[in-house]
Order: sequence, then C-alpha cells, then structure tokens
Amino acid sequence: MAKITSTQVKHIAKLAHLEIDNRQSVAFKKAFRETLQVIDNLQSVKVEGAEPTHQVTGLENIWRDDEVDESSMLSQKEALRNAKNVYQGYFVVPRLIDQDE
Amino acid sequence: MNDLTTLTLADTIQALRDKKFSLSELLSSYRSVIEKHNQKLNILLTTTLDNHPEQLDSPLAGSPLVVKDNISTKNIQTTAASTVLDGYRPPFDATIIHRLYQAGASIIGKSNLDAWAHGSSTETSQYGRTLNPRNPDYLPGGSSGGSAAAVAANMCAAAIGTETAGSIRQPAAWCGVVGLKPSYGRVSRFGVIAMASSTDSPGPITKTVEDAAILLNFIAGHDHHDSTTSSQSAPDFTTNINQSIKNLRVGILYQGIKGLEIVDPHLQKVGQVLESLGAQVDSVSAMDPKLAISVYTVVQRGEVSSNLARMDGVRFGNDRSYFGDEAKRRIMLGTYTLSKGYADQYYNTAQKVRTLFIEDFKKLFKKFDVLISPTSPSFAKKVGATADAAMFGELEDMLLEPSSITGLPGINVPCYQDKKTHLFLGLNIVAPMWREDLVIKVADAYEKATSWNEWRNKA
Repeated sequence: MAKITSTQVKHIAKLAHLEIDNRQSVAFKKAFRETLQVIDNLQSVKVEGAEPTHQVTGLENIWRDDEVDESSMLSQKEALRNAKNVYQGYFVVPRLIDQDE
Repeated sequence: MNDLTTLTLADTIQALRDKKFSLSELLSSYRSVIEKHNQKLNILLTTTLDNHPEQLDSPLAGSPLVVKDNISTKNIQTTAASTVLDGYRPPFDATIIHRLYQAGASIIGKSNLDAWAHGSSTETSQYGRTLNPRNPDYLPGGSSGGSAAAVAANMCAAAIGTETAGSIRQPAAWCGVVGLKPSYGRVSRFGVIAMASSTDSPGPITKTVEDAAILLNFIAGHDHHDSTTSSQSAPDFTTNINQSIKNLRVGILYQGIKGLEIVDPHLQKVGQVLESLGAQVDSVSAMDPKLAISVYTVVQRGEVSSNLARMDGVRFGNDRSYFGDEAKRRIMLGTYTLSKGYADQYYNTAQKVRTLFIEDFKKLFKKFDVLISPTSPSFAKKVGATADAAMFGELEDMLLEPSSITGLPGINVPCYQDKKTHLFLGLNIVAPMWREDLVIKVADAYEKATSWNEWRNKA
C-alpha cells in the first residue's frame, strides 16, 4: 500500500487549490491511510480482459442541432447577480499570473 | 386539523381535487408542523410556504413537496448544505423542478443534506445535522437525510432526493419511508449540483410505493439539457400498483455475510411474505460488495475532485476556503488517485472492476427478475457516529453500492420497526436497467401484504 506523508498531503492540497492548516494535514493523512486501506483490495481482483466502464447507459455520440435556445439564456444582469465582485458588466477574477510582482 | 399532513400524496391529490380542503388550508397545516418541529430537527434549510396558486386542474393539484437543497430552484437559495454556496440563488430551475412545477407541485421547502451530498448521515452539513424524526437521538441517514426526514415528520406530501450510492435508499430506510432510486439516465441531472456525474440519480422519497410511482412519472424522461438521459420514453409507472407478483423470480443477496446479523432474520421473513404472494424466492451469491465500496470510493472521489474544481467563487458562491473538511478530504483523495502514476493503479482498475459487477448482475438477472437485500446493515446510528470515521458512509452503504456503480434501479421499503426505539429496517429491491416497473411492482405488493407502512394503514 502506498504510504502517504504530510508533505504529500500538502502537495495534493496545493494541486487541488485548497488551503489546509496543520491540524487538517495531520487529520487528512490519517483519513487517507484509512481510505487507501479499504480501496487496496482492488489490487487483488483479476481484471485482465475487462474493459473499463466509464458510463452505464450504453449511449454513444449524442448530438443535438446547433440551435440557439433563448429560453435557457440569461440576461447579463441575471448572470452577474450571484457574483461577489463585478465591474462594468464583467466578473472580476483574482490575479493568477505574476502573483509575486 | 393537522391530520391533513399525514395524507399520502395520492390521497392529497384526490382530496384537493374533491375540494375536501383548499390548498391554503393544507399549506397552513404543513406550516404548523414545520414551525413546531423544524427548529429542533433541522430538516428544512429554507421554507417557501407562501404564494402558491390553487391548481386543481393540474396532475399534482398543488401538492406540497420538499426538494433536496442540491437541486437548483430559480431565485430560491440553493446551497448543497455548504457555506461555499451560502446565499446563492440560481438563475434557473433544474429540469426536474421545471417538470414538477408544470405538473402543479407546490415546492414548500429545501431540505438538509450532507454538504455536497458527501456522506450518509447529514452530519457533514455545514448548516448543522438533521435529527431522525422517529427518534431524535439518532441520525436520519444521508445524504438525502433532510428529504427522508421531511416525509417521516409529515412536513410535506412527498420529497425529492438524489442518490449517488445509497443517498435516497439509506435515509429512507433509517427514517422508515419509501425511497426510489431510478436507473442512471432515467431522470435528468440538469440543475442538480454534481457530485459523481456517472452515478448521480434524482428520485422520489415518499410515504408509499404508489406515491413514488406517481412522482417518478413526472420527473422521468429524456432531457436535451442532459445528454446522459435515455431517449426511450418513460412508461406510466403507476400501472405497476396492485399487480400480482405470482411466479416472479426473486433472488436474496448477501445472506449470511459478516455484519448483517441484525437484519438477516428480517430478510428471511421478507422472503416468506413474497413466497406467500406466489413469488419464487431463492438465495443467491454475488460478487463481494466490499469490492463495490472500493470501486465507488475511487470513482466518486475522482469525479468529485473534477466537479468541485469549478467552485472558485467568481461567478457565484464563496471561495474555496469555505469547503468543510469532508469535501476537502474527498477532493484531495480524488486528486491523488487521478494523478500521474496512480491513475492506473486506482481509477482504471476501479472502472474495470465496475465492468465485472455489470457482468455479474447480467448473470444474476438471467435467473431472477429482481434481487433483494437489506438496505442498510442495521438501524439508524446514534448522533455523532461519523466523528473520525473517514469511510462511514461507504461502509453503511455497502449493500447499495453494487447497484449504484452499475446504474440499476432500486427501492427501499420499510420491513421492520423496533417497538422500543421506533427505528426502522429497510428492504432493498433491485431490477435490471430501465426496469423500475419491476421494483415498484414487488415493493407495492410487499408493502400491502405487511403492516409496516403507517400511512397506508391509515388510509
């Protein structure tokens, strides 16, 4: 079974864009181990020849006509209504590049 | 006259049409039940009891329903029980909400759940846990715990929940009500806040099996907003009520496996009841449900990490620091099992084992029309049971996960009530893909042959 360290837990949190404190990194390490212990039984199953199932309906290649459905369109006002930070009809987003400058 | 709130959905529709009482009289009855019990039990996060028009000509005739708070309702706060979405008022209705309104439903409240539907207890709700109306020292189950509790507490005529792996059937079992999980793809997910997209299935939680069939009629069917919905037209599910189950072949799953000592004797009795109704009942062995826990855990965490990536607080809601521990843990585990070097070991293997479960069920359904098992290994757990138990839900839902990962329809019907604690045990009935008709037929026959359903007894 893969062994999870606190460093790994912190790295995974960073990948998932989550901030965790020391209490959480300790608690999550324990929870990770508990979970991995349970799911490790998958390694004992003979899966040779089995194709993976990603969806169960059997549906394939679903198309629809490229038509505008005005009934599902939002006005600018409706689209912006739930945003915390807007400016002149735009969503304001946090700066993602050159954060150090 | 608070007895109005104990009417089944079928009787409520009939009584409204017959003008035995008005919708406003009915709503004020529900209002008084809600005002009396909701503060303590914490079942409804939002109530919307006002401004419902009389709609006697519509199929549901204005019947008051409660829907789980992970289902988008236009201009009505929708939180998925997470403070990330505190104050979020969706600018659109989920397809199932739209269809319920068209059928003449009055939506009177939004019910509590485990935050983002992550859990089987409602204890992970960031708005506080819900208590079981049958006995407030116990949990209602989850994640649709609020919807099941709302039905059990007579706060609505019927409710809507969502199930990814047990989240309709398990709380229905713990609260002593009926919960129907349709086939994956039978009911649209459009507007349901996504948990695990490849298994999420919205469905009814009701007082009787007939009520579940009535509601399923209105929410089932193809939706061009959800390309995973089946294009086949949905049949009238109510035609399976009051039908004979003579010669139907019933397989009993998971008999004698460890941890089912409490429920096993009751399932034996279920088998005898079904036999007395003319069914052919046999025990049968199936793939180890413990493997389904693993498949589900890997698939669910992976899909969660992807779905919740969109919660950035830019267009709606708050930023990612508002996530609770449970959501963080699940997002991170999914991030890990999908990451380079581990995806093959976990995710791809899990999807292959999922195929083996589908093949196992295909084999079983050659010999049997339906399969039955307990819904949950035991009665509802005590308040606080989930503390420090990372795999609580998965272990509680072990008996349901095989049918969830394979997309099959299933139903919970109460099959025992403990006189001292007032808590229930549930029977789970599973059928092949798209055969909700079979689970409804068997569940209805069982419900009517026994006396566990208090609302049916009243009628």
